[in-house]
Amino acid sequence: MTASILDFRDVRLAYGDQLVLGGLSFSMAPGEILCLVGPSGCGKTTALRVAAGLVAPTSGEASFAGAPIKGPRRDVAVVFQDYAKALLPWRTAAGNVSLALEAIGCPRRERPGRIAALLDRVGLNGQDQKFPGQMSGGMQQRLQIARCLAQGPAALMMDEPFGALDAMTRQDLQDQMLEIARATGATILFVTHDLEEAIYLGDRVIGLKPHPGRIGVEIKVDLPRPRDQVATRESPAFLALRRQLYDFIHGAEGKAK
Amino acid sequence: MKGLVLPALLIALAEVGARLHGPSDVIAPPSQVIVAFGEAIRNGSLMLATRDTLIAAFGGLTVGAIIGLALGVALGLSRTLDRVLELPVEVLRPIPSVAVIPVALIVLGFGYGLEIAIVAFACVWPMLIFARAAVAGVEPRLLEVARALKLSPWATVAKIVAPAALPRIFVAFRLAAGVALIVAVTVEIAVNPQGLGAALMTYGQALRPDLTLAFLVWVGIVGFALNQGLLLAEARLFGGRG
Ligand SMILES: Nc1ncnc2c1ncn2[C@@H]1O[C@H](COP(=O)(O)OP(=O)(O)O)[C@@H](O)[C@H]1O
Ligand SMILES: [Mg+2]
Repeated sequence: MTASILDFRDVRLAYGDQLVLGGLSFSMAPGEILCLVGPSGCGKTTALRVAAGLVAPTSGEASFAGAPIKGPRRDVAVVFQDYAKALLPWRTAAGNVSLALEAIGCPRRERPGRIAALLDRVGLNGQDQKFPGQMSGGMQQRLQIARCLAQGPAALMMDEPFGALDAMTRQDLQDQMLEIARATGATILFVTHDLEEAIYLGDRVIGLKPHPGRIGVEIKVDLPRPRDQVATRESPAFLALRRQLYDFIHGAEGKAK
Repeated sequence: MKGLVLPALLIALAEVGARLHGPSDVIAPPSQVIVAFGEAIRNGSLMLATRDTLIAAFGGLTVGAIIGLALGVALGLSRTLDRVLELPVEVLRPIPSVAVIPVALIVLGFGYGLEIAIVAFACVWPMLIFARAAVAGVEPRLLEVARALKLSPWATVAKIVAPAALPRIFVAFRLAAGVALIVAVTVEIAVNPQGLGAALMTYGQALRPDLTLAFLVWVGIVGFALNQGLLLAEARLFGGRG
């Protein structure tokens, strides 16, 4: 038996009579980066919410670290897609990170040091007194990631975290995330609709088919780490994987019509 | 500065008009109004009436705002409670506060109690409606962040719901304060023999247009000052977050 950290066993989820997840089964090894891709509405966010304990499956079982997922856990952090809505607009960057430290019961006198270190880690050093409303989208998403890291998570659930950012910022954040993953050893479930992003970041990519959401393809990404925005993306292995995933996704979309 | 040009012009016109018209029981030139105003300050009647009105207005505002806020927060947090109380609220809310005067008069008699009760009745509604909307309108994603962080219900209200709803609740308080002053003066004009409203009635009936107008302008100044003060407080408290 492999010691997996996240397990989905035939997870089904229906909203009313709409079956959104139609029997998902997969496992993640500790420290693995697994990317979920698939057309819009295929259930990527729903699957991530099940893994985060924000919604319970209708049937089947989802378990984390060997125990059934019964609700949110402090060692599983969620990076929401809509970062602007997920931050407290009345708290500064430092205050937003502090929210997670308060939640985990970090003593008051230890907070300033931890906040500074966390902001530094996501590239927000010196921005601690800015309010989210004074920050760019990229900075806001960095801040949300810092707050998630403040929980000291064993796993990060990231829902299209860079989808709304411009290409340059997105690449910066991708590399920063990989560096954080390397340094912390966190397990990362990463939802994206960007196939190249999935291959660039992932150890493995799962492509979902829609109506109901189920696994259509699973690709192991054997590209060497650390990855490089230019060299990795130009490598023949990367291009071959991209082709494979692209054919699957566009085949699935064609059939869905 | 430009905003003062038109009022100054109108006052000058009023002065000329009133003087050309000669002595009158219904209208007084601004110069005489100013003299009457000085007189009312000197003999203490202005301050006494203002004190009475403000005590009733703030008393009623405090009671009404606390009741409205408590109900509004409860209704905003609980869908069940909201459904149960929807009908009573919608039936009571349209009742004009002046219409409550006869009943309140029987129960409470003349005095502060009467006025405070009616002002409170009028202030409950804006507070209730705004507080309910403010609490129900807290960004759902933030409540999910609270869930993901496993904040306790108490911590969720203290760290997320209250600060998110506070700016809108303060706007409601500012509106309620305006309502409180209007209703207090109205009750004084209608029945309660005290405060600025009663002074307006008394001087009107005594054919003293100079004093009547002086008190009328003063009511406007008090209302304006109240609103400006609260606007300033609002900007101080919540200005930083757009
Ligand atoms: N809370 C909900 N209630 C009802 N239907 C929902 C809810 N959340 C998602 N859905 C539906 O489930 C399907 C999958 O949604 P989602 O998981 O957000 O897809 P994706 O993230 O892949 O775009 C969609 O058809 C969506 O309308
Ligand atoms: Mg989604």
